[in-house]
Amino acid sequence: MTEVNGAEQTAGGTRPAIEARGVHKAFGQLHVLKGVDLTVMPGTVTVILGPSGSGKSTLLRLINQLETLTGGSIRVDGELIGYKVVEHRGKRMLQTLDDRAVAAQRAKIGMVFQRFNLFPHMTALENVMEAPVHVKHLGKAAARELAVKELTRVGLGDRLDHYPAQLSGGQQQRVAIARALAMQPEIMLFDEPTSALDPELVGEVLGVMRELAQAGMTMVCVTHEIGFAREVADQVVFMDGGVVVEQGGPGIIDHPSEPRFRDFLQHVL
Amino acid sequence: MAGKTVDGEGLDIPDRIKALPVRRTGPIVAAVIVALLAAMLVQGLVANKRLDWPTVWKYLFNEHVLEGVGYTLLLTVISMAVAIVLSVVLAIMRKSINPVLRGVSWFFIWFFRGTPVYTQLVFWGLFSVLIPKLSLGIPFTDISFWSIDSSVVITAFNAAWIGLALNEAAYLSEIVRAGLEAVDAGQSEAAQALGMGRSLIMRRIILPQAMRIIIPPTGNETIGMLKNTSLVLAVPFTLDLQFQTNAIANRTYKPIPLLIVACIWYLVITSVMMLLQQQLERHFGRGFDARPVGTRGRRPPYDPPYPGKSEGEPHDDVSKLNQATFVGLNA
Repeated sequence: MTEVNGAEQTAGGTRPAIEARGVHKAFGQLHVLKGVDLTVMPGTVTVILGPSGSGKSTLLRLINQLETLTGGSIRVDGELIGYKVVEHRGKRMLQTLDDRAVAAQRAKIGMVFQRFNLFPHMTALENVMEAPVHVKHLGKAAARELAVKELTRVGLGDRLDHYPAQLSGGQQQRVAIARALAMQPEIMLFDEPTSALDPELVGEVLGVMRELAQAGMTMVCVTHEIGFAREVADQVVFMDGGVVVEQGGPGIIDHPSEPRFRDFLQHVL
Repeated sequence: MAGKTVDGEGLDIPDRIKALPVRRTGPIVAAVIVALLAAMLVQGLVANKRLDWPTVWKYLFNEHVLEGVGYTLLLTVISMAVAIVLSVVLAIMRKSINPVLRGVSWFFIWFFRGTPVYTQLVFWGLFSVLIPKLSLGIPFTDISFWSIDSSVVITAFNAAWIGLALNEAAYLSEIVRAGLEAVDAGQSEAAQALGMGRSLIMRRIILPQAMRIIIPPTGNETIGMLKNTSLVLAVPFTLDLQFQTNAIANRTYKPIPLLIVACIWYLVITSVMMLLQQQLERHFGRGFDARPVGTRGRRPPYDPPYPGKSEGEPHDDVSKLNQATFVGLNA
């Protein structure tokens, strides 16, 4: 969009929406990610599967800079995230971006959390209006219109003035999706969006995600919903022990080649 | 807040149970004992000539006493207002990524919490002796653009509220910090993910939620401050309620009635403050004490039991609210 920052163009001329190369992440002595590569093309849905502790949530959080990289690089739409390349004493070095630049990069990426993280002191409408008004400086009326549109899109047009505590888990998660969509992100990240929900409420959230995928949104979902992965994913990635063990089209769910992936599927299905 | 409604009123419930309540003797026994004790207390208070109620009535609305009430209130309000603003700044500094600001905040709290407020007030009273002139100029040189006598700026009244406010700010900032830290980390992450910046997150997301936790102990501190104002005689500032009633007592040789006068006023002001606190708690509790609207507003699966907000027990009530919310946020 703004600057290319030396990103490689792929053969077809389309640039990956997300390009992670050799990503390492350590928390203290704990080596969580050990060299992960991931390419996500625009308009596609990537589902990341894996046992807990495999580093899949950490990878998502790195993409949205809720954690800082220990090694490797992540580019979003060709732009290096978290760092910029500067000349320092004649050498090319990385410099950490300031808060403002980081916030600007984050605003292009929407994120949905396992625990919803709605703002409890605001109504559904206020939750969705918050960022457009205070980050994008949209007028109150325009932001309201936008928020109503997004909440209607997730099927909550009649819950505008409800506080999160007055909504079911499924409704709260849909408000959270609407809140992320209101910033008109180029990419949506879902971090186990249905794991905190009662089984009968999972469907309504997956339904919204399915519609979003059909509308052409670039999505990366960490989930345990194999059915959703099989049906919606363009790319399935299986992670274990901080590395990508297997990746490919949704077909690999039914015909896994790696034994570890086969084991995992047997336990989940 | 709910009135006395019967569960499932108007619904067609067959064989609706109409049972006699459990016979409880405890409340009756307690009521008899308490009534007896209360009667003895009232009798003792009214019949005891040494309490001298006529003198109490005579001085309750005495102009000096009323002036004392006014100054005590004024000192409380000014010191608390300044302390609250300062404490929020200190608490935010304490959590800043800037190590210098963190250090300054730490030092302030260390110093003002670590020395007696009485001593601090004596120092503020002596300020104009220690530092006779306040001037604006270039430090470490004799160049001065503007200067003024300290005694003009630091009057007894100003010394009193400055002393009280700085001390209080140190205590309050720890309360504010606890409030800030009690807000779930997911709140700040969600806000970051929306592209909100640090100060915006603090102002719009963290502080409003922390307020709920901060207000009850701050109400406590305000009531404490009301009575701490009696320490301003250390400055010396001599127009507050305690000093005024004491002065009358010394003049008339009737200390007990005037102590009662002071107590009555302190109690009245405290009661008004408690009412204000209740209003504030209601304001910042919005979204937390919300109940489902209609039958279609389904409860979230992890939903904490909705804390009952009944009148008359603000402290209890809020701690219940906090508990319930933490359960909700961590589920």
